[in-house]
Amino acid sequence: MQSHMLLLVVFAFFVSLIFAVIAKDDLRDQVRFGGMMFGGFVAAAIVLGWLMYPFPL
Amino acid sequence: MRATAAEETQSGPLVLLCLASWVIPGAGHLWLGRRSKGLVFLVALPLMFWFGLRIHGRLFPFDLSEPLVALAAVADIGIGLPYLIASALGMGGGEVRAVTYEYGNAFLIVAGLLNLLVVIDAYDVAMGRK
Repeated sequence: MQSHMLLLVVFAFFVSLIFAVIAKDDLRDQVRFGGMMFGGFVAAAIVLGWLMYPFPL
Repeated sequence: MRATAAEETQSGPLVLLCLASWVIPGAGHLWLGRRSKGLVFLVALPLMFWFGLRIHGRLFPFDLSEPLVALAAVADIGIGLPYLIASALGMGGGEVRAVTYEYGNAFLIVAGLLNLLVVIDAYDVAMGRK
C-alpha cells in the first residue's frame, strides 16, 4: 500500500475511532463525533494539500 | 493533600488496573465492565500498531543522545505487549527508503500514545470521574 491518500484515510479512521470511543459513551454520539473528526481530518488534509500545491514558488 | 482511606485502599488495584491497561490495550476497560469500549481498544490499537510495522515503520531505540528518538521510543512502548512481541520477533527495523516509512512511524507512535490515553481514561473511570 503506497497511496498517500489511502494511508491518510486509514490513519484518520483509527485516530477518530479511538477518540470517539474515549470521549463519548453512547453509540450514536460516538458515531457522530467520530464521523465529524474523520471528515475534519480528511478535509483539512485535502485543503492544506491544495494550499501547499504552489510551493516552492 | 492527604489521600483518603478509600483512595489508599484502592491504590493497589488501581496500579494493577493501569498496568493491565497498558500491557493489553483495552484490558482496563474490560476489567471495569466497559466491554464494548474495551473490545474496540483491544482490536483497533494493536491493529494500528501492526499496520505501522507492515508499512515499514521503525521501533525507535532508547537513545538519550538524540532526545526526539528517545521520545519516539517512549511513545512506541506505550502500546505495551504488542511492542514487546514485535521487539522479540525482531520486527520494526524500519525501511528508511520505503515510501511509507514516515507513515509507518506515525502509525506506531500514535498507536502507543493513544494507548496511554486509554490508560488514563481507564484510571478516570476507576476513580469515578466518568
